[in-house]
Amino acid sequence: MAAADRPTAVRAEGVVKRFGPTVALDRAHLAVRPGEAHALVGRNGAGKSTLVSVLTGMERPDEGTVTFSDEPAPGYGDTAAWQRKVACVYQKSMVVPDLTVAENLYLGRFQGTGRIRWRALREDARALLAEYGVDVDPRTRAKDLTVEQGQFVEIARALSFGARLIILDEPTAQLDAGGIERLFAKLRELRRQGVAFLFISHHLREVYELCDTVTVFRDARHVVTAPVAELPKDELVAAMTGDAEAGPPKRARGAVRAPVPRQEVVPRQEVVPRQEAVPRQEAVPRRQAGPGAEPVLRTEGLALEGEFDPLDLVVRPGEVVGLAGATASGNTAVGETLVGLRKPDGGRVAVRGRAVRPGSVPHALDAGIGYVPEDRHRQGLVLGRSVAENATLTVTDQLGPFGTVLPSRTRAFASRMIASLDIKTSGPAQPVSGLSGGNQQKVVIARALAREPSVLVAIRPTAGVDVKSKEALLGVVREVAAAGSGALIVSDELDDLRVCDRVLAFFHGRVVAEFGDDWSDRALVAAMEGMATAEHGAPTAGAEAGATGKRGESGKRGESGKRGKSGDQGREGSQS
Amino acid sequence: MTDTARQRPGDVVAAGEMAAAGPARPRIDFARWRDLSLVPVIFVLGVIGFIVSPAFLTQDNLIGVVQQSTELGLLVLGEALILICGRMDLSLESTIAVAPVIAMWLVLPAHGARFEGLGLLPTWTAIPLCLAVGAAIGAANGFLILKLRVNGFIATLGMLTMLRGLQVGVAEGQSIINVPESFRYLGKADWMGAPAAVWICLGLYAAGGLALAYLRHGRALYAIGGNPEAARAAGVRVDRITWIVLSVGGLLAAFAGILYTGHYGSVAASQGNGWIFQVFAAAVIGGISLKGGRGTLFGALTGVLTLQLVVNVMTLGGVPPLWNQFINGSIIIVALIISRYASGEKQD
Repeated sequence: MAAADRPTAVRAEGVVKRFGPTVALDRAHLAVRPGEAHALVGRNGAGKSTLVSVLTGMERPDEGTVTFSDEPAPGYGDTAAWQRKVACVYQKSMVVPDLTVAENLYLGRFQGTGRIRWRALREDARALLAEYGVDVDPRTRAKDLTVEQGQFVEIARALSFGARLIILDEPTAQLDAGGIERLFAKLRELRRQGVAFLFISHHLREVYELCDTVTVFRDARHVVTAPVAELPKDELVAAMTGDAEAGPPKRARGAVRAPVPRQEVVPRQEVVPRQEAVPRQEAVPRRQAGPGAEPVLRTEGLALEGEFDPLDLVVRPGEVVGLAGATASGNTAVGETLVGLRKPDGGRVAVRGRAVRPGSVPHALDAGIGYVPEDRHRQGLVLGRSVAENATLTVTDQLGPFGTVLPSRTRAFASRMIASLDIKTSGPAQPVSGLSGGNQQKVVIARALAREPSVLVAIRPTAGVDVKSKEALLGVVREVAAAGSGALIVSDELDDLRVCDRVLAFFHGRVVAEFGDDWSDRALVAAMEGMATAEHGAPTAGAEAGATGKRGESGKRGESGKRGKSGDQGREGSQS
Repeated sequence: MTDTARQRPGDVVAAGEMAAAGPARPRIDFARWRDLSLVPVIFVLGVIGFIVSPAFLTQDNLIGVVQQSTELGLLVLGEALILICGRMDLSLESTIAVAPVIAMWLVLPAHGARFEGLGLLPTWTAIPLCLAVGAAIGAANGFLILKLRVNGFIATLGMLTMLRGLQVGVAEGQSIINVPESFRYLGKADWMGAPAAVWICLGLYAAGGLALAYLRHGRALYAIGGNPEAARAAGVRVDRITWIVLSVGGLLAAFAGILYTGHYGSVAASQGNGWIFQVFAAAVIGGISLKGGRGTLFGALTGVLTLQLVVNVMTLGGVPPLWNQFINGSIIIVALIISRYASGEKQD
């Protein structure tokens, strides 16, 4: 490699790491130059996390070397020395929530001896934050920070230790579009100061937007490193998934495919001429229900004060409806209200014509509303329990007579789910904590589908899963619809919404635009962003603008357009 | 992706793309053995007991050990259920005394004996009343924890102190010795060569174990304890079930009170005092997670037996009683460490 003779922020060579019989890293190598934004991508289980652990001194490699600026890495366990070299900003914030920002910044290294000089501490913190252009009051408690501010604080803290390499592990997972923009702006600014970034993300479009070099890992091995400009999206995805260049046959490795007759969920798409608003080609044909069909879900004036305004919604059999909207736009609240987790202030919900008692999950379930919650760790899974238990949690009343739950039936039921959703597990008895993110999400979907719901409400169903799992999950949603049920996808991910027949865009609790399946990324993103309002305009004005002129011009056009375009890239990336 | 380190087993499988359980078999078996991790400890204690004193392996002694285990065992049973669904109840140790006292207060005649009751209800209602009081105490805890959403630890700590005070107040600080005959029967009777209390206790453990394994509401305890949000989202009536479990815990404590009272023929003013530490120790040693969602009743039972055997062996070994407390505490810690490594799981 040409880069080999230039100084590197970090260089790992021949790194081998084994966990018991499993090889987590097999002669892996990686080099990041100062000031570079280097993307590290790979499917779940490719070895990215292990490499990060090795690069941050959390794990000692069995073989191989790590150097920082051509100096050998600090000894294993010398945390302070590692902190001066490299820092990792994780998905979940690592700050102490009840301490102030100032304390968090200087935690474990307060100046002087003995008592803490609060005033000096705050001044130091203020200066430190100012140095890196982070606009946060050091007296704020860390728990009151937004996700974005928390990340900035963590980055500033890492830099103040002297680290010139920051590893960002899915930093955008919890951010809305504006937050992502600001994060990226900050990262570009820091790169000009010579800070290098190793950027780990499932969002390939962000890789293309931010990074100049990308490294792909697969099955514990380094596959390719290339400038992003020289690696088109389809090749990148091919490198991640290990599929041969031109594609078929999919899943070359020992395909134990679902025995359930299931059409290929997402076929490799012929290269369609690039144009906005190409509807995603579906394997499962969209069955457009005639307008006469009885809706599987109907809401009338459903409202929740402070979350969303009265909503009339109709989902017909065979239809997938998207509720698009950024964080706190109210779309999530609609989903949670439909499944009974929140009690609406007014309005009615009916499933296949039958009224559903509001604010009660058991009643919603009985009525036929399946629920895929937003955060699988918080609401979706009991991590310590088995796949079988989690998958059957909603159907315990069907697994035996007189309130009993027969293990044999539980196992059989779970095995059927594992097979039909293609969940990679060692068996129904494996705890879900041992599954990869994508497979955990499949268990959550299994749980929702177990009752064969009339309508499936899925909130951000593909958050934090890799490209292939994403396709599989969305394919499942389409299949549910194809089988005559309805589905509601609540998300701000364009890829999620692309499988929808209709998309309603939410902004500040109101539906500001409705699209068929021919929406353009730009128009949808603009509507979700409330057109001109995201930063400066008055919210109401924005909502009106969104409602009336959804394809109109707006002050935010530039940004929205860019996001939309990168959304296209993401879509292509996902069509492996 | 971020948790690759925890995904090893899954990866192995992914490599083969096999959904079959083949290669991971030993792991599952190991998980099954986890509940038995205290069995060798009990065995070793037995050997030590045999070496220490020939009296250990006699029928009288062993029956004595299990008889003494019954009351603690019932408290542990209740506490284990509560812990599995992610709560805790400290007040059980007061319930074991206050429930019988209130029952007797209501049924015993107002005149003629040292302890003067109210004589409001016929004597045969003593046992149902006692159980009802226990369940009511559990329900009150449930109200505090689930409706008012106060901290469960402190709420039940307050309940513990309050109920102890209630008992002392009602019984005027004395022991009650004119115990109703129905109490006496359960505490003293022998069925098939062993005390009735032992059979009842075993029966309740078996029923509890079966309920946890085979009933949908029993299975739900693990889901509630493991992740209440997920359980709620899956349609489990989390609060209702938790409330029921807290009541059942109080009920079991009251039942333990009946057995204890019957066994010793009186309600001592200090009945159950300080037991809650033993209860928690037995449950945790037996593999019940204090964080909820994990553990089995069989494990809890082995925890109880371990603690009782230690006490018994020490008594037979002639350990000076003044050292009992010290040795008891250290044994709890040793047993905890053993079960921690035998089960391979952190107990935080």
